[in-house]
Amino acid sequence: MTINAHPELPEFDYIRPASLVEASQFLAQHPGDARPLLGGTDILVRMRDGIWRDRYLVDVKKLDGTSEIIFNEGLGLTIGAAVNMNQVITHPQVQAHYPLLAQACRRVASYQLRSRATIVGNICNASPAGDTIGACMLLDGILNIHGINGLRQEFLAGFFLGPGKTILSPGDIVTSIHFPLPPAGWAGTYLKLGRNTWSDLAIVGVTVFGGPHPASASGYRFRIALASVAPVPLIAAAAEDYLSCTPPTPENFAHAAHLAAEACNPIDDVRGSARYRKAMAQKLTEKALQKTWLEVTR
Amino acid sequence: MAIHRISLTVNGEFEQVDVPSQMTLLQMLREKLALTGTKNGCAAGECGACTVLLNGEAVNSCMVLAAECDGASVITVEGLAQDGVLDPIQQAIIDHSGVQCGFCTPGILISSRALLNRNPNPSENEIREALVGNLCRCTGYLRIVDAVKDAARRQQA
Repeated sequence: MTINAHPELPEFDYIRPASLVEASQFLAQHPGDARPLLGGTDILVRMRDGIWRDRYLVDVKKLDGTSEIIFNEGLGLTIGAAVNMNQVITHPQVQAHYPLLAQACRRVASYQLRSRATIVGNICNASPAGDTIGACMLLDGILNIHGINGLRQEFLAGFFLGPGKTILSPGDIVTSIHFPLPPAGWAGTYLKLGRNTWSDLAIVGVTVFGGPHPASASGYRFRIALASVAPVPLIAAAAEDYLSCTPPTPENFAHAAHLAAEACNPIDDVRGSARYRKAMAQKLTEKALQKTWLEVTR
Repeated sequence: MAIHRISLTVNGEFEQVDVPSQMTLLQMLREKLALTGTKNGCAAGECGACTVLLNGEAVNSCMVLAAECDGASVITVEGLAQDGVLDPIQQAIIDHSGVQCGFCTPGILISSRALLNRNPNPSENEIREALVGNLCRCTGYLRIVDAVKDAARRQQA
């Protein structure tokens, strides 16, 4: 793959449809040639690099249901596709009920990029390095989608097919993401390793979300998602299962971290080697479990 | 290739501009409005030299299409001083020698202005976190951080 980095964007047409129906129809009529545009923080980079050559960018930011954050005491939280990450981070209901989501957003890039970047865009871009994807999966996020056949919902489990690939079809527009109410007493941690303290893409990212779970033999459940260690955002299922039947001790956290690292299948790339990623996934998982446990038992 | 006629305010002035789809806000400011204070450093949303306020929020203008800015309000570095009086952050960065080559400076000033607007009394950590997206190759950031702390103090006074 040659990168043809050029400061100017290639020619394309910017389209701003008046409705979701119009937008889905246009996208479906130009498969492979048209792309929905939210914050553009991934799209513009790819287009300048010559990797994506869409003829049309279809701005879906002002369409129905994309601009609001709505919290309902009984139902949970719905975040519109066009809501930027800074808005998510500072929203009082996110801070009160979904602090893990704010934590994850805060690790993305820089303040300026977070003024444009969106959670839905992070998900649809489907990079295994996506910082917010782990939190969204562990919080049981559900995507609201408008397509050529109307509205539907998709779970995040099974949504990702590979790097940059999802189950979405031409015409599909994700309008918002919904999170049910989290379990009482649960806490979460997102730990990210980059080449610098802030702003880099994740060499490895670990999201842990856990707390009291009477149905588990251990009385607790810990959910674990890993970024940048597989072709898709990875759930460390064996580690999760182990922790549901053993007491939450430092030794068991360490063993769970080992299981999580075993589940990883990372690659070598410019940011790190596969071997390093596996080792760091283990370290960060252990740390994230300990930190989460401290929060749960505070 | 589509041309879009957009209307927006830039530094308080009403502007109407015809822009092609692929023109970024940065290109429009520099090439159509001759506001060359905002710089192109990386064209990838990483260095922050192109930072402007878009509807009050600090953004990388190289990552925003001009066509997306119809009806928007933009502040560039040229718009910080009011009636010939420098913004406190501008005065502070001069007083603290927080400028060497000056290429990052417009972006630094806008990011700092945006920070002080939302958080008038930031801690050192909050200042550093707010400036993560503004790379400076020359100064080592220490004098910049001091300048922002000082500007916050001056504003409160």
